[in-house]
This record gives sequence, C-alpha cells and structure tokens, in this order.
Amino acid sequence: MTDVTMKVWRGDASGGAFENYSVTQQEGEVVLDVIHRIQATEAPDLACRWNCKAGKCGSCAVEVNGKPRLMCMTRMDTLPEGPVTLTPMKTFPIIRDLVTDVSFNYAMAEKVPALLPPPMPEGGYVMFQEDVERSQEFRKCIECFMCQDVCHVIRDHEDNKQHYAGPRFFIRTAELEMHPLDTNDRREFVREEMGLGYCNITKCCTEVCPEHIKITDNAIIPLKERVVDAHYDPVAWLGRKIRRKTKMSSTEAAVQPAP
Amino acid sequence: MTTNSPYEHHEYDVLIIGAGGAGLRAAIEAKQRGLKVGIVTKSLLGKAHTVMAEGGMAAAMGNVYSEDNWMVHFRDTMRGGKYLNNYRMAELHAKEAPDRVRELEQWGALFDRTKDGKILQRDFGGHRYARLAHVGDRTGLELIRTLQQKVVSMGTDVFMECKVLQLVHDSSGRVAGCVAYWRANGEFVTFSAKAVIMATGGVGKSWKFTSNSWEGTGDGHAMALWAGAKLIDMECVQFHPTGMVWPLSVRGLLVTEGVRGDGGVLRNSEGKRFMFDYVADMFRAETADSEAEADRWYDDHTAGRRPPELLPRDEVARAINAEVKAGRGSPHGGVFLDIATRRSAEVIRRRLPSMYHQFMELAGVDITREAMEIGPTLHYIMGGVQVDAETAGTAVPGLFAAGEVAGGMHGANRLGGNSLSDLIVFGKRAGAGAADYIAGGDVANGFDQGEVESAVREALAPFTRENGENPYDIHRDLQEMMQANVGIIRTASEVEEAITKLEEFTERVQNISVKGGRAYNPGWNLATDLPSMLTVSKTTARGANLRKESRGGHTREDFPGTDVNLAKVNFSHSITGGWAGEITTVESPVLEIPAELKSLLEEAK
Repeated sequence: MTDVTMKVWRGDASGGAFENYSVTQQEGEVVLDVIHRIQATEAPDLACRWNCKAGKCGSCAVEVNGKPRLMCMTRMDTLPEGPVTLTPMKTFPIIRDLVTDVSFNYAMAEKVPALLPPPMPEGGYVMFQEDVERSQEFRKCIECFMCQDVCHVIRDHEDNKQHYAGPRFFIRTAELEMHPLDTNDRREFVREEMGLGYCNITKCCTEVCPEHIKITDNAIIPLKERVVDAHYDPVAWLGRKIRRKTKMSSTEAAVQPAP
Repeated sequence: MTTNSPYEHHEYDVLIIGAGGAGLRAAIEAKQRGLKVGIVTKSLLGKAHTVMAEGGMAAAMGNVYSEDNWMVHFRDTMRGGKYLNNYRMAELHAKEAPDRVRELEQWGALFDRTKDGKILQRDFGGHRYARLAHVGDRTGLELIRTLQQKVVSMGTDVFMECKVLQLVHDSSGRVAGCVAYWRANGEFVTFSAKAVIMATGGVGKSWKFTSNSWEGTGDGHAMALWAGAKLIDMECVQFHPTGMVWPLSVRGLLVTEGVRGDGGVLRNSEGKRFMFDYVADMFRAETADSEAEADRWYDDHTAGRRPPELLPRDEVARAINAEVKAGRGSPHGGVFLDIATRRSAEVIRRRLPSMYHQFMELAGVDITREAMEIGPTLHYIMGGVQVDAETAGTAVPGLFAAGEVAGGMHGANRLGGNSLSDLIVFGKRAGAGAADYIAGGDVANGFDQGEVESAVREALAPFTRENGENPYDIHRDLQEMMQANVGIIRTASEVEEAITKLEEFTERVQNISVKGGRAYNPGWNLATDLPSMLTVSKTTARGANLRKESRGGHTREDFPGTDVNLAKVNFSHSITGGWAGEITTVESPVLEIPAELKSLLEEAK
C-alpha cells in the first residue's frame, strides 16, 4: 500500500503549526484509524476527540482538507491523492490540536424551551407514525456540530454567536414545534433569541450533515414561514394572544410534574 | 461539609459518575427528589456508549402481542441468563420497564408506532414476543437524547470531559466523593457528595475485537472494587455474534440482531444456512426444524416456530465459532450474514436505514446486494458491582451502581433489548436509593484528603519516569492477550496463563512514561485507564478459571456442559491494597427464587 503524508495541526489557543506524519495506508482504513496509529507510535500526546468510531456519537468532527468531516466516517481511499490536511473545526475555540471547545452548543441547548406535553393518558400517548416522522428526522441528529462549524454566520463572524443559535438549534426547535405532543410556542424565541433571520439559506449545513437531515428544507424554511406568519400577521398574532398560553421558559416547563 | 482540598472543589447531595442512560436517568430521579445533583462524564454530554444501541428496549407492554406480560419477560430474562441472575432484579426489571418506556414519551421520545398509534415493538433473540420499543435502528440515540434534554431542562450541573480517578471515603468508610481531572487542562478537581452513583458502563477496551467505544475501560467496576464493593459474575462476558470482521474501517461494528429479526440468515462458506445444526435441546421445542417452517414464522408467528437464527446470542456465537473452527468460515475469519437474497432492497432500506447507510458510506458494502462478513465481537459484560435489587446500593455505604457497571440483572447472559430497559429501570432505582440513603441521615461526615493525594501522586507518576514504557504498547499487548486467552471460548491452560501474565502487566503499568503535557493528552489518559483495565481483566480471568462449566457468555472448551452446583454460585471478588493489590475471590450463593416465581420458570421448561 502507499505512503501518505498527514498534515496535522498541532497547538493550542496560544498558537500552533502543522506537523507532518508519514504513514503507510492500509486497506479499508478511515482517517481516525490513521490518527490512532500516529498516537500509538510517533505522537502519543496528539489530541483528538472520539468515542464510538461508528458514526453514531458525532465526537470526531474535524476539518479534513478544509471541510468538516467525521474522522471515523472518512475513508482514506476516498480522499484525493497527496497530503491529507487535518485542522480543528474553525468556528469553535481551540483546546488543543484537533480538539475544540464546543460549549457554545451546550449553552444554547439550555436556552431552548422544553417540550410541554399534555398529561399522559392511561396506557400511554396515542400518536401515529405519519405524525411522529417529521420530528423523528430531526432526532436523528448526532450533535457532531459540523453544521454549526460550516455556517458562515458564526464561522466568519465571532460576534454573531451572541444572538445566533445555528442550524443545530433550528432543527431542535423545529423538532419541538412539530412534535405531536408539544403545546409550547417557540416562534418569538426562535426569531428574537436564536436569530433565525440571519440564516440566508445557503444550505451549507444540509450539505455536511452526516445523517442527511434536510436541515434547510425541512426545518429552517418551515420555521421561517411560521415565524413570519406569527410575527407579521395581525390576525394570527391576536388569535395567539387569545387562545394560547404564554410561552413557558424551559425551567418552568421542566418542573411540570411527571405522573 | 468542609474540606481543605487544594484543588477545585464541588459539593453535591448526589454525584453521578457517567452520563449514559443509567446515569442520566438516575440524575432525573434524584433531581425530582429535590436534591442537588452533579454529573461527571469523561466525554461530552450525549456521546456515551448508550448511543450505539440499535435494536430497542425490551418492555412487556403487549402492544403487538397482547399475550405478553411481565411474567413472560421475567422468564425469558432468567432463561437467557441461565438462572445465574439476581432474580429480584430480573423481576423488578420486567415489571417496571413498561412504565419507564412510556414516561420517556413525556420527555420527548418518539418511538415508531403501531397502526393504532401505540409504541411499536419488534422481535429480538430470546424474547418470546415482539417486545422491543424502538426507533428504526437508532433507539440508543433516542434514549440518550431524551434523557439528556430532560436533564438539561432541569438545570443539572454536568462536568464534561472530566475523568474520575478514584472514590474518596470518610473516616468510617462511607463514600464521600471522588477525585478527578479535567481533560482540557489536566488540573485536578475534587467532589464531595452524600451519595455517589456509579454509572460508567462496560469494559470492552481490554479486548482486541470489541464494539465498545474508548470509554469502556471498566473505570467504575475498578473504582467500586478498590473502594470496597464486590464484583460478581465477571467471567460472564457477552460476545455479540454479529460484529463486522471486514473491511477494517467497520471492524468491531455490530450488525443489529434486527437484521435477523427481519429475515437475515447465517451462511457458511458453502452457502449453507447452518444454524439448524446448532439447536440445543432446551430450545428444540420452540425452534423451527426446517427452512420452510422458519420462513413462515416471519409473517405469522402462529404458522411456524421461530427461526434458529433468533436463538439467544451465546448460542449463535458458539455456532459461528464452531463453523469457523471447522474451516467453513468467510475469508477474514467470520461467516456470512445474508439479508440481500431474502428481502427486497426497498424493504431492507426501510427497515434498516442506518445499517444500510453505515455500510454503504463507510465500507462501500451494499447490504441490499451482498452478504456481510461477521463474527463474534466483545459487546457487553454481564458481571459487575454486586448491588441490592431494590436500591442499587453496594457493599459500601453511600455507593450505588446502575447499568452495565452493575452485576446480577442479566446473570450469565443478557438478552438483546434488556440493556436499555435495565438502564432506565435501575437508573431510576439508583437515584431513588441514593435519595432514601440521604434522607436516612447517616451520610459521610468527612473527606479523606490522604486518598486524594495518593490518587494524584499515582496519576502524575508517569510524567516523572524516564525511559518507561509507552502506554499504547501495554494496551495493545493487553488486548491481544485477553482476546487470545480469555476470549469467547476458554480453557484452563490459557486462562491460567492470563492470570500469570496479568501480574506481569501490573509491573509494566507501574513503569509507564508519558510524553507531553497534562492538557488533553490521550497518552496520559490511557495511562490512567490501564489500572482499571487490569483490575477488571484480573477478575474476569479469575472467574473464568473458577467457573469450570459453560454457562451463558462463559464457555469452557474443557467443560462444555453446565454444572448444577455452579448454578448456585456467583463468584465474588474483593481487593485490598489498591489497584495492584491482592484480589480475593469467594463463592457467593445465588439468591433463592421464591416458589411463586419459580413456578413461572418451571412452566417454561
């Protein structure tokens, strides 16, 4: 098999540089296999994040030749010939080498108003397959945060993180809004606090999603439509004021007693 | 409680180590009891090994077969466990799983549905009725995300990428907390707590072929043992019969049993559907004896008996091993799992979407067109910390354990689907057990700083040694040795050799050198894992040596039958003198099953 040069970014918040590792490629290997081999031999302190090595946990996202990829799902033999460049995700602060600080996403997750279902009837809820399928698509998300990494609203503008949640949290909100049991209303939240309006539908997020979730078409665009209807239609606005409860915060929703 | 910890310090009522299904469910329970709860996880939240579970969670809800009930589920579980189970755990599990599954829907879980809008349930090996609530083949992800989102909405503190090194006691031996380090910067941190719940999962990373993620290093098993708890049934390790053996990029990945539930069959290199040759007497009455009969069963369970491909996992694993040893294996040492010739491409893609997607993308294997090459892969350990069924309490006051780290529930072998339900049933019980213990008032009243200091010294020692061994070399050698000597089929000479070699490994681990700094250093992290891995491996090897019979996940080439006397004992391990100290193993009687439950088992025989 052939030798390949892995150009791996090494360093921390104070700076760093590429280091080259020459490895012999073996049949059927993915990028993460090669990184593990480098760790076990030349560079035992090379930092990378990974867990399942099966494309199910979303831990090992880095940028392979400049594009966000899961290392465990990227076959070496699918990459173009020549050196393979590995860099940490650009949108998030560096911890070390290929590991970034993704706490932005966990802070955002805390803000999303929780599911607010009606009390469970005897024998459980009745929901039909066609009604659960829409939200099921979004619940396939493995939280690799590659959609966040590639979204230029925060990739290229650090200060937008103050008022923009990113694609992961648009599908999370869409999932809850389309959940058959939900009675919460997040439309003002998604407009005002998650900055949905900043998204200009370039579909970069959809392209990188390893679960092939149609983030833009099935979550962002329908959410934008709902928000527009809610915000600008005076009849809908009045109706909402009259019929619906005030939106609960996630903490309030969480303390709803569980039967 | 006051401490004079020189490190970052946090105080909780309940501290949970591990953020998989059991840990998160325990957190919800303790939180609902009004306690201050902290969760420490060595990964990010939502990445735990629970996400890998595909098939579903077993609960006798009776949504598909109204004949199903907890008694049948209890019987199936005990039978699968070859009666080595803590019967009370199996009983509580069977009774409580349906409520635990239903309550997940209040927190956002969306299971696949029956035509009348109930939770759909699927067939799985060893379960008499279709019983597994599921979401396609990503049920574990659904469970972890549901619990994670619930925990987050309740405002629980989660310490991510923070690795616990050792438990800490008070002066009278109650658990008082733990010492850990932050992966990001390598700084130490201490936690004091009135109760600690161990929910750390499994041990697979001590073997070469395993489906377990890097986290499965047996930390919780080992830390509980070091702290004074007992480990039981450690020889009972489950090898999943259908892990991918080729291509390399997917080696160790499990092919869900759902493939067989949906019609997939096992073939050898001659193309023969060989499982009919391996039906043990105990299963003969309810297993089809021809391909025609087996094939009728998939559409109508009353038209034929079950296909032999759906026998319990250990039966299937042994059959595959026998075919390979007889020279009828696939080119890379496994056998073929064929669904391509059995179901249409459209059906396969609809029923097994992530399986299809995974193999297509990762290995270029189209499972609608070609057979998969599979073989036994370490998947799960039945053995673990000995607990009280009602409270999940251990032998150490203030220490609780739930999920894979706990032993007893699954006996000698776990049925597929019983793991996810185990997590939520006993996660909740551990949370409640910890809350009751705290309410009792007799909790830790000190924090042994000496234990903290010795753990810190030990963790830092590899930085001070020059020219010591690379931890990766020791890990690789350990995996090779455990796979070869304490693998799926065991024999006296190999297991005895393992016991001797593990002592050599102990010396090697005491001579590790680590390169680089403390910040996010995987070599150092592995160095701190190795004591746990050795501890676990030693108890597994000792148990495997003593259990001179074949039972469930433990198979002895030199003792192929079962021994009625050994059916009455669990081997129980304890340790003195730290991780490199002396392990003592004694026989601990299996809990006596009350007559009314025994009759449920008798009926089935």
